[in-house]
Amino acid sequence: MSRSIRTTKRRDFLKTTAGVAAAATVGPMIWIKDAEAQWSNQPEKGAKLRVLRWSRFVQGDIDQYMKNVQAFSAKYGIEVRIDNESWEDVRPKAAVAANTGAGPDIILSTHDDANLYPEKLVDVTDLCTYLGKKYGGWYPVCEAYLRPNGKNWIGVPLGCAGNTLVYRESQVKAAGFDKFPRDTDGFLKLMKALKEKGTPGGFALGNATGDGNVWTHWLIWSHGAKLVDEKNNVVINSPQTIKALEYARELYQTFVPGTLSWLDPNNNKAFLDGQCSVTANGISIYYAAKTSKDPKLQEMAADINHANMPIGPAGVPTELNLFFNQMIFKHTKYPKAAKEFIRFMMEEEQYGPWMQAAIGYVTQPLVAYEKNPIWTVDPKHTPYRDAMKIMRPIGYAGRLGYASAGAAADFIVVNMVAEAASGARTPQEAAERAQKRAERYYKV
Amino acid sequence: MIGFPSPRFRGEGTLHHATVARLVHALVNRLQNNRNALGLLFILPAGALLLFFLTYPLGLGVWLGFTDTKVGRGGHWVGLENYVFLFGDSVARLSLFNTLFYTVVASVIKFALGLWLALLLNKHLPFKAFIRAVVLLPFIVPTALSAIAFWWIYDAQFSVISWTLTKLGLIDRYIDFLGDPWNARFSTIAANIWRGVPFIAICLLAGLQTISPSYYEAASLDGATPWQQFRYVTLPLLTPIIAVVMTFSVLFTFTDFQLIYVLTRGGPLNATHLMATLSFQRAIPGGALGEGAALAVAMVPFLLAAILFSYFGLQRRAWQQGGKD
Repeated sequence: MSRSIRTTKRRDFLKTTAGVAAAATVGPMIWIKDAEAQWSNQPEKGAKLRVLRWSRFVQGDIDQYMKNVQAFSAKYGIEVRIDNESWEDVRPKAAVAANTGAGPDIILSTHDDANLYPEKLVDVTDLCTYLGKKYGGWYPVCEAYLRPNGKNWIGVPLGCAGNTLVYRESQVKAAGFDKFPRDTDGFLKLMKALKEKGTPGGFALGNATGDGNVWTHWLIWSHGAKLVDEKNNVVINSPQTIKALEYARELYQTFVPGTLSWLDPNNNKAFLDGQCSVTANGISIYYAAKTSKDPKLQEMAADINHANMPIGPAGVPTELNLFFNQMIFKHTKYPKAAKEFIRFMMEEEQYGPWMQAAIGYVTQPLVAYEKNPIWTVDPKHTPYRDAMKIMRPIGYAGRLGYASAGAAADFIVVNMVAEAASGARTPQEAAERAQKRAERYYKV
Repeated sequence: MIGFPSPRFRGEGTLHHATVARLVHALVNRLQNNRNALGLLFILPAGALLLFFLTYPLGLGVWLGFTDTKVGRGGHWVGLENYVFLFGDSVARLSLFNTLFYTVVASVIKFALGLWLALLLNKHLPFKAFIRAVVLLPFIVPTALSAIAFWWIYDAQFSVISWTLTKLGLIDRYIDFLGDPWNARFSTIAANIWRGVPFIAICLLAGLQTISPSYYEAASLDGATPWQQFRYVTLPLLTPIIAVVMTFSVLFTFTDFQLIYVLTRGGPLNATHLMATLSFQRAIPGGALGEGAALAVAMVPFLLAAILFSYFGLQRRAWQQGGKD
């Protein structure tokens, strides 16, 4: 457990293991109670909260979330209003709230939003320290996103929408693979074999905010390439990138036709229609098939399985998933109530059932929640469990802020991979172009 | 312009009530009898609306274009930096090309088809009213909805066109409507044409109906062929309407957003990014409000050029005033 936490010190490790020993005697609790995880907070009298969150990807999420909200209101007598917006629309709204100093007290948003206006956010170091201690620590990516100076937390991680490779077991088997390959070389061989068998896979290469960014970032990172280094110098025009793009070119030849036009919904549609044997996606494809009344789709659900993205020359997992944060804005009149709300929602009693209700769409940010039964109730869920553990922040390996947000929104990496994969540009040209485009964002 | 009765009353607080009442009365009287003042008064609400909802946002947009404002963060004046940046940006230049190509090709075809349709509808047809209503349908359907329909029609896996052609044995693989840069450009243009033709057709039809039949009678008595009637009677009399309709059409096409956003989001490889969609992408999801505003403002000169062309090129032809060109 401690291995997965970069910042865990030996002292903390001892404390945690002591906690494990203590917990083992108490009973079958899934988290480790740290003796020092203490929380005292008195919400303001007459407090009212407004929360803006990304709208659900799955009904169970919002149903359970609202139940938890009601439990909070009942316990503290604090009225909470929840507004929902499509996840891509939360970003501008949150920015306007930050700028004007008015709007929701708490916003649940995505990726590097908190890094755009850290000075407008309430410091939540005490809350994150408490939760981290109580629940086995935060995954490293949480700190990359929300603890930019290594000391202060500017938001509370909520989790992420995990992505894995979604594939048809029978078709992978028919292509001569008993197990899904774990490395990029084996993966390319599999994709070639699938193409030969007439059951190709496919990945979105259009301007797809979610699916496009997710797999193209994995692709370049898996080959050791990155957009920027730790000091925000643009280093995308590198031999590693060229390698990654040459790989992409070969991979693209095996795709189903039309992936250059694919937006976020296309791979779901193609997969569920049986036209695509492998793609990268959240758990939604599986659930659409599993919960469908169509016997053909139910049959397909039995044939669907998931695997984490293959490991490339970089030697470590290099995934990108949709990260969720929780931000408290300084303009709130009730910072203590807001903190209490987030704490309440993150506690096992609330967060555990919420994870289960979200049927695997949301992966936990806290290590202890790995043991949530949602990940084992169906073995096909398990790969999504590690989404937070093995992901990197968007804008890796640099600092997050306007430059990383702008570069991602402008599809620089997606376009580069699409250009090279489709042969519209050579890998060298595509990398040079991406370098120039990215340098404009990282100029300051 | 309204004119106070006398400046010496200003600022004096010791006037008798009666004097004040008399003064107000005189003022109101004068106002009521002053056409300029009344006109100004009546125009005031409209003026305020224009100022508030048009001039202010436009002014703000222009100003933002000169700043480095981010969504959520105020900006500083940076002069022409955004414009210099955009000029050196290959994606922005590509979007300019896409926008011009999209506008020119779509507008020319929309005009040709619209005029043709208008001429057909102007003939005596059975169920005339019904047919005219049906023709308007593409224009009435919300763009976002028709765009979603086109998205399915063009889908790489589920395209009904590809399906039909495959079943007929005419092609052996699905057409990559939106996955190939040039296919995508023409596909989006086709969708735009489908939506835009009814507007032009109905407007031109209205124009056609204002042309008195006596001209055609006179022309046919003089032995004019149908082509000559069209060329020397219909076209000259229709030109003012054409100018207005095409100005609008060009403006709508140039600033198109929804269709592209639903169909391609500017892809593939940014081949269908119009200035409007790129402006949004940079300003809102990308957070660079200043740059996005600059990109939007960069559209204004092209729009002005289109308006001026139609105004001076088509509307003020001397022959329309009975003179010669």
